[in-house]
Amino acid sequence: MATAKDRAQAKAGSGLNDDIGEQKRLALYRSQVRLREAEQRAYDLFLQNLVKGTSHLSLGQEAIAAGFAEAMQKGDLSFCTYRGHAHTLARGVPVEKVLGELMQRDNGLMRGKGGSMHLTSEEHGVMGSYAIIGAHLPIACGAAWRAQYKGDKDVSVCFFGDGTTNIGAFHEALNFAAVWKLPVIFVCENNLYMEYTPIADVTAVPHPAADRAGSYGLERIVIDGNDADECYRTAQKAFAKARAGEGPSLIECMTYRHSGHSRADPAKYRPEGELEKWKLRDPIKIYRERLKQFGVSDADIAAIDASVRKEVDEATEACKAAPNPPLDILTTDVYADGGWAWRN
Amino acid sequence: MAELSYRDAVIRGIAQEMTRDPDVVFLGEDVAKAGGVFKATVGLYEQFGPLRVRDTPISEQAILGAAMGAAMTGLKPIAEIMFSDFFAVCFDYIANEFPKSRYMSNGQTKCPLVVRTGNGAGSRFGAQHSQSVENWCMMIPGLKVVAPSSPRDVIGLLAASVRDPDPVIFLEHKSLYATKGEVPDGEIVDTLGTAKILRSGKDATICALALMVPRALAAAEKLKAEHGIDCEVVDVRSLVPLDTQTILGSVAKTHRLFTVEENPRLCGWGAEIVSIAADEGFYDLDGPPVRITTPHIPLPAADILEDIVLPTPDRITETVRRSLGS
Repeated sequence: MATAKDRAQAKAGSGLNDDIGEQKRLALYRSQVRLREAEQRAYDLFLQNLVKGTSHLSLGQEAIAAGFAEAMQKGDLSFCTYRGHAHTLARGVPVEKVLGELMQRDNGLMRGKGGSMHLTSEEHGVMGSYAIIGAHLPIACGAAWRAQYKGDKDVSVCFFGDGTTNIGAFHEALNFAAVWKLPVIFVCENNLYMEYTPIADVTAVPHPAADRAGSYGLERIVIDGNDADECYRTAQKAFAKARAGEGPSLIECMTYRHSGHSRADPAKYRPEGELEKWKLRDPIKIYRERLKQFGVSDADIAAIDASVRKEVDEATEACKAAPNPPLDILTTDVYADGGWAWRN
Repeated sequence: MAELSYRDAVIRGIAQEMTRDPDVVFLGEDVAKAGGVFKATVGLYEQFGPLRVRDTPISEQAILGAAMGAAMTGLKPIAEIMFSDFFAVCFDYIANEFPKSRYMSNGQTKCPLVVRTGNGAGSRFGAQHSQSVENWCMMIPGLKVVAPSSPRDVIGLLAASVRDPDPVIFLEHKSLYATKGEVPDGEIVDTLGTAKILRSGKDATICALALMVPRALAAAEKLKAEHGIDCEVVDVRSLVPLDTQTILGSVAKTHRLFTVEENPRLCGWGAEIVSIAADEGFYDLDGPPVRITTPHIPLPAADILEDIVLPTPDRITETVRRSLGS
């Protein structure tokens, strides 16, 4: 096995930009593979009828979740959409907790009370996954307002899809965040489709998020969302800006989902060859090549893949063995007193 | 003890809580420098400064969303929605976000905030600036819903709402802002979920809320003076939690139940109270419970029309008199 020193020597003089550093690069790779493996497992478990309800996978979009999460510090807050498994996992939430929630078992993140679309893990800074399009952009503004008011240094990051850019809350939140100069980062994952319809068919501008940035006095930023390094670098800049009190950023990440919108969608509306074309730019494939360029050996890569597979396998078995949630949680936590009483 | 308007009670209530707790912040449209379109927040900006009392754009979703994000992460925001009718443009937060995040996250998240709003008719503003929307909020598990009828209750219930760990919808009645009442000096903190018997009586229970409370009291005086009918008037004050014990206790004493609701007929809060009375107080009742409501129509603007559709002391008086057969 090559040592870090060997690899440093191997890339010396190669012309590669190594602003990321080996430790972070391996973390970015591991995170992406972990998200891929967990999402693929969620799909497999769905086919076995073990994942209930709906689920919206991020297969193909892993670089964004990994890149931004790796740029976050402890205490930074993530606000996700119903397509939130990847963002939740990327903050370090155990795979078992996420799969358990998808399988609606008692070991799930919310013991089955929220489901796939509402993954929340406050201890990891995951302040919720929101299933009403656009709802969480203003909420992220509020968390950022608290940081600004109290002098806290954390930043709120709000992830959403291209479809969100056409709902009112998107525009209200961007204006609000810009006027109040809030430490919030809006990350649009443009995967080209709002549910089943090409976003270009229903949007007045080519870049649904970035082309609106100027309306709110923000910089127009479009990046390759399939390149984890580019996501990471862009995130770092936005975090620095937010922490310096210089206000919000809006970042449009170009990407592509390999699966349909939700489990019910075979994605037959996609033109022939489109998926194959994007799979050539699969973020994990891109990153694996990059690791090799930096001298990481096939064996080291395989070791990461294997350890991730092990975590997901063990999580799967734990979830299959986990009991259903008990009925006594039905009426807990409606109100802050822990119960549901609306009358005396 | 001093006489204070309902409007000034709002100012005093907010100021009391902002003085007590630096985590209480206040945002809304025209609330800071302008002091509010109903002049119910005058002076707060000057007293607490631009970081705590903030003007927002006309963006009701941003207002309520921001209040929620701030509440989830440690502040205790008071958000103003200028007219309660505007709940319709930010209802996602009221219906889907505030009340469900704690439950969906299995108790991980919190949402201690207050939404203050100008509710109710009487200003001749027409169908989109006059509604009584308390039933829109009452039907959603996870919310608390409060509607004070007097300056003293404004302060006490507002304080209780700000200190409450759950999201509270605080409905101020626009037609009560100019009314006055005696208010004790010093801090006032009331209790949510408590109804108040404002007039004791033995012949019938009249439950009312907000602007309907003074009208029910006026009717009760008239019923006593002109017909010898002695009514007990219950100010419901808090729809969620609902003080059913006080209401059922009153019905057990008077054996008759009337509700006076400003909202349109269908699914008004009175229907819930009547249903509870039918379930749990049936054998206490000597006659059918009667709901006195606004008819099931949008509210008209013209004064002569608006005055006819809202329950009046005369309509309450006449309905109770006829029902009691005297």
